[in-house]
Amino acid sequence: MSLPPYASPVEKVWFWVFRIFCGLILLFLIAPVLVIVPLSFSSGSFLTYPLPGFSLRWYEAIFTSAAWMGALKNSLIVAPLATLLAMIFGTLAAVGLNRAEFPGKGLIVALLISPMVVPLVIVAVGMYFFFAQVGLLNSYTGLVLAHTVLGVPFVVITVNATLQGFDFNQVRAGASLGANPMRVFFTIVLPQIVPGVVSGGLFAFATSFDEVVVALFIASPTERTLPIQMFSGIRENISPAIAAMATILILISTLLLVTMELLRRRSERLRGNA
Amino acid sequence: MSANLTATMSPAKPGGNLKAQLRRAERLRKLKAIGLVAPLALFLIVVFVVPIGNMLWRSVDNTELDSVMPLTAEGLRHWDGSGLPDEATLAAFAAELRDSRQGGGLGRISRRLNYEDSRYRSLLMNTLRGLPTVDAVGPDTDWVATLAEIDPAWGETETWLGIQRTAPTTTDRYLLASLDLQRGADGEIQRVAERDRLYLSVFQRTLVIAGGVTLICLALGFPLAYLLATLPAKTSNMLMILVLLPFWTSLLVRTAAWIILLQSNGLVNQSLLFTGLIDSPLQLVFNRIGVFFAMVHILLPFMVLPLYSVMKGISPSYQRAAVSLGAHPFAAFWQVYVPQTISGVAAGTILVFIMALGYYITPALVGGPADQMVSYYVAYYTNTTNNWGMAAALGSLLLVVTLLLYLVYHRLVNRKQLIRS
Repeated sequence: MSLPPYASPVEKVWFWVFRIFCGLILLFLIAPVLVIVPLSFSSGSFLTYPLPGFSLRWYEAIFTSAAWMGALKNSLIVAPLATLLAMIFGTLAAVGLNRAEFPGKGLIVALLISPMVVPLVIVAVGMYFFFAQVGLLNSYTGLVLAHTVLGVPFVVITVNATLQGFDFNQVRAGASLGANPMRVFFTIVLPQIVPGVVSGGLFAFATSFDEVVVALFIASPTERTLPIQMFSGIRENISPAIAAMATILILISTLLLVTMELLRRRSERLRGNA
Repeated sequence: MSANLTATMSPAKPGGNLKAQLRRAERLRKLKAIGLVAPLALFLIVVFVVPIGNMLWRSVDNTELDSVMPLTAEGLRHWDGSGLPDEATLAAFAAELRDSRQGGGLGRISRRLNYEDSRYRSLLMNTLRGLPTVDAVGPDTDWVATLAEIDPAWGETETWLGIQRTAPTTTDRYLLASLDLQRGADGEIQRVAERDRLYLSVFQRTLVIAGGVTLICLALGFPLAYLLATLPAKTSNMLMILVLLPFWTSLLVRTAAWIILLQSNGLVNQSLLFTGLIDSPLQLVFNRIGVFFAMVHILLPFMVLPLYSVMKGISPSYQRAAVSLGAHPFAAFWQVYVPQTISGVAAGTILVFIMALGYYITPALVGGPADQMVSYYVAYYTNTTNNWGMAAALGSLLLVVTLLLYLVYHRLVNRKQLIRS
């Protein structure tokens, strides 16, 4: 969109008003990120500008704090495991959904997507009672299972999307040439749907890495994850240590974003060449 | 099928056999597909659907008395509600009250009975202390007199009527209470007293916040998506990063950032003071304003992305054609362009609204006491007061509204796909 040379003055004014408005919205979107990063390098202990000086003391504070490091460790245990489970379950299910028509498929799809829709607090209360009954309350296993549930719809959706362009005759061809189903899956199907599996996995990872509500209900202080530590930090005493951890998390999300973008470009290129 | 035709199609085998083989292969394929989906479906049913169903069941569950004092509950269900329950029921009550100390039963029934009247807990405790020892009790014990001696309340019909109300194994009191309703003495449904009304206003607040956030997201998201969809790909990809980076950033990081930005000596207040627009800092956080800022920020990408994907598919030539036929550019935009974006608008709006309805963490951190939504009360009743019936009733209503809206969303998005193909 650019302004044609014959534009009337009103159109010119409107054009620039519109652009400035959109610029402000983009500023609104990015402002929190821009504001919190410099504060993490503050030498003072208040979250206000102007900064009194530059220092890495808050990074030192979180890297030497048992509470922050314990929480980080817990998140780094739970999130990858939940992601792995979600990727396995989700990929199998998505392949199954695309393999054949069967009765009740619409209902099954609704079931598989439902964890995305149900309000988190309801999931949390439901699992709280369930895990209390089966003895999984305050355990890593419970947390991993809960986060698997929350992450799995993303994998189903992204893998399902990549399978839309997949020709299942390739599977028949592989089988007719004597490959067993496992070999067909790993050498023919998986390489083609890998972008979907990975991007679904990234969504699942981000979900687990940022999930507060369910973890608040089903985890004890021993399994305290990073988001819970952040949550209580923000609630009790919001210090530049929070800003330092926030900066690290922003770095991680930037990495996730870049990976997603590369995956998207790769699959677009593949589709373009086909 | 004629023999002739069969012979030409498949000389080796008769056609019926081939058909059967095909059917068998099809069935096998179907079974394999179901086998692939089954692990996840079963997993979700066990860890997700059944637990939530169980939790929802608690909104009508009334088995406290029945499980702790089965004989008393049975006796009270048959009592006609006049005078006092019969001797057998009273004897059963005394025996079961004595046994209820084991396994936390006493706590459960006194909590439940306190919802009827807050005097029951101390009444039960006192009675338990005053009960005669097991040896002193015989078949000829006069329980009407014994109980009335421990506490005169046991001689009143009212006391027993209150317990009788907890005897059925299901109840609608929690669901009614979550709509600020209750059953009166004669069993008819009535509104609760003015000062006890709370939940209707909580639901109303939830709808107002979710609706407001959705409208603001639409007002900001539409122009932004339009700009991104009409700019050259290179620029729009660059600007898209500004939408996607916050989208991928932790919700807690963004909430913390808004507290920092909006606090009384935060950047927003500082710049307003600097420009002289205000004389003293405004209260922008820990109230409704803070909730709106943070929620709009978190949900805006969910509005922009579906709008962008719809707008990307709209050809600019329609609008140009309208202008060349003499339409005012604004008319062309409003009458030709906007109607084509309706499916994106609907998808984005419902998506944002559904997500906003269930918000808990953000209002808890940046809102005040008057900005807490339904989810907050569900969590509060589960964790703080252990009133699971109330938590489940409020949760059920929230879930029903959410699922209904999702159904609408699903219809809309599916129809969109239909149109595209």
